[in-house]
Amino acid sequence: MKAFDPDAGVKFNEQDYSEQNSGDEVSHTQGFSAVLKRDLVTAFRQRGDMINPVVFFLMVVTMMPLGISPESKALAFLAPGLLWVIALLATLLSLDSLFRSDYDDGSLEQLILSPQSLYFMAIGKVLSHWLTTGLPLTFVAPLLGVLLALPAEGYLPLLMSLFLGTITLSFVGAIGAALTVSLRKGGLLISLIIMPLYVPVLIFGASCVRLAVEGFAIGGPLAILGAFCAAALVLAPLAIAGALRMSVEA
Amino acid sequence: MNTSSILLECSALACERDGRILFEKLDLSVSAGDIVQIEGPNGCGKTTFLRALTTLLPDYEGEIYWGGDCIRRVRRDYLSNLLFIGHLPGVKNTLTPRENLAFLSRLHRHTSLADIDTALAKVGLYGYEDMPGHQLSAGQLRRIALARLHLSHARVWVLDEPYTAIDKEGVANLEASFIEHANRGGCVIMTSHQAPSIKQLKTVSIQEYAPTRTYEAKQGVADESL
Repeated sequence: MKAFDPDAGVKFNEQDYSEQNSGDEVSHTQGFSAVLKRDLVTAFRQRGDMINPVVFFLMVVTMMPLGISPESKALAFLAPGLLWVIALLATLLSLDSLFRSDYDDGSLEQLILSPQSLYFMAIGKVLSHWLTTGLPLTFVAPLLGVLLALPAEGYLPLLMSLFLGTITLSFVGAIGAALTVSLRKGGLLISLIIMPLYVPVLIFGASCVRLAVEGFAIGGPLAILGAFCAAALVLAPLAIAGALRMSVEA
Repeated sequence: MNTSSILLECSALACERDGRILFEKLDLSVSAGDIVQIEGPNGCGKTTFLRALTTLLPDYEGEIYWGGDCIRRVRRDYLSNLLFIGHLPGVKNTLTPRENLAFLSRLHRHTSLADIDTALAKVGLYGYEDMPGHQLSAGQLRRIALARLHLSHARVWVLDEPYTAIDKEGVANLEASFIEHANRGGCVIMTSHQAPSIKQLKTVSIQEYAPTRTYEAKQGVADESL
C-alpha cells in the first residue's frame, strides 16, 4: 500500500474508494437541471402560491376602471404605464419566497456545498421563478389590456416588452432576495434594494408600449430591454451566488 | 486499510461568534478510518466548528487542510469529497422521498433511480417512496437525508446531530454504516449528545479549547465595549 503523499493531493489508496471515484464529476448542466426540475415540481404542487401574482395583477387591473374612470379614452392613455407598473409590483411581491423555503429547510446549504457551479444553479432557480411568475404575467397582460381599453397596436409590444422585461425583473430581483433571505423581515428591504434597479426596466418597458400606441417605431426601447435582459442573465447570477454564500454564513 | 493517511487537518483553528471566542488553538487531525465525535454542552461551538469544516463558515482563524492543501484553495475538490448533513435536513415536504433524494444526490453526481430506491429501502423507507413529504413523520424526513450516506462517494462525512429523531434500530443501522465507511477508508466527524457504541470512536471536547473565561474577565470586556 502506498504511503500518503500530501504533495500530490489526496490519493485514494483503499480499493473501495479508488474503484468508485476520486470525487464527484462536475458538469454545468447537472446542477442547473436538478434545481430547475425540483423547483418546477415544487411550484406545480403549490399551485396556490404560483397563481398569487397573476391574481394580484388581475385584481388591481379590474379595480382601475372603478377607481379612475370607466371612460375608455382616459384608460387607454394610462394603460401602458399601468400594466407595466402592476406587473412589476406583482413580480416584487413574489420575490420574498424565492429562496425562503430553501433557506428554512436547509437545502440552500446543500446547494452551496455542491461541487457543481452555484452560478448555474442560481440561473436554474431564477428561471423556474420566471417560468412560474413572469411568463404567466406576460401572457395574462394582453387580456387585461382589453379591460383597460389598450389600443390594438399596443398588444404585441406589450407582450414583447413584458417577455424581456420580466426575465430582467426576476434576475435582478433575485439579487435582493438572496441578500435578504437570512433576515426575518426582509420584505420591505427587498423593495428598497430592488426598486431603483427596476426603474430603468419600467421606463423602457412602458415607453415601448406607449410609442407603439402613438404610432412610432419600438425598435429602440425593445433593443434596450433586450440588452438589460442579456446583462441580467449573465451578471445577476454572479451576485446571487455571492449573496447566497454570505446569507448562509450568518 | 491505510489508516496512516491524514484526510483532514485543523491547525490552530479559532472561531468567534457575536464577539465571543468559542474556541481557539484547536488542532485536530482526522485520518482515514477515523470516527470522531465532537462533544460539548449546548452553545459551545460544535455546530460552528462543523460549519467551518464544511466551508459554510469561512470566517475563522487558523487553517484547515484537505490532503495537505488549504481547503480554501482546493475548495471544489474538497466539496466533491464532502458530505454534510446539518440540523436542517434539506428535505422539502412538498416532494416525495424519491424526488428529495434524487435531487440531493444529483447535486453531487448522477444517480440512477434504482440506486435511490435501494438507498431508501436501506433506511427503512421501502413503500414510502412516493408518499408526499407532509405525510411523513419528522424521523422519516430525516431518514431521507440520511439515505444520502448510502449513495455518497464522499470520503469525509460531516454530520450534525445525526441521531436526532431517529429510533433505536435506526441508530444501530447508522452506526453500522459509519463503521463500514471508516473501514473503506473514509472518515466521519459528527456531533451528538448520545454516546455512540462504536469501538474506534475518538472524542474531541470543544470546551477544552474554549478560552478561560472568568466573571472578572467578562466584566473587563463589557467595560471596554462601553
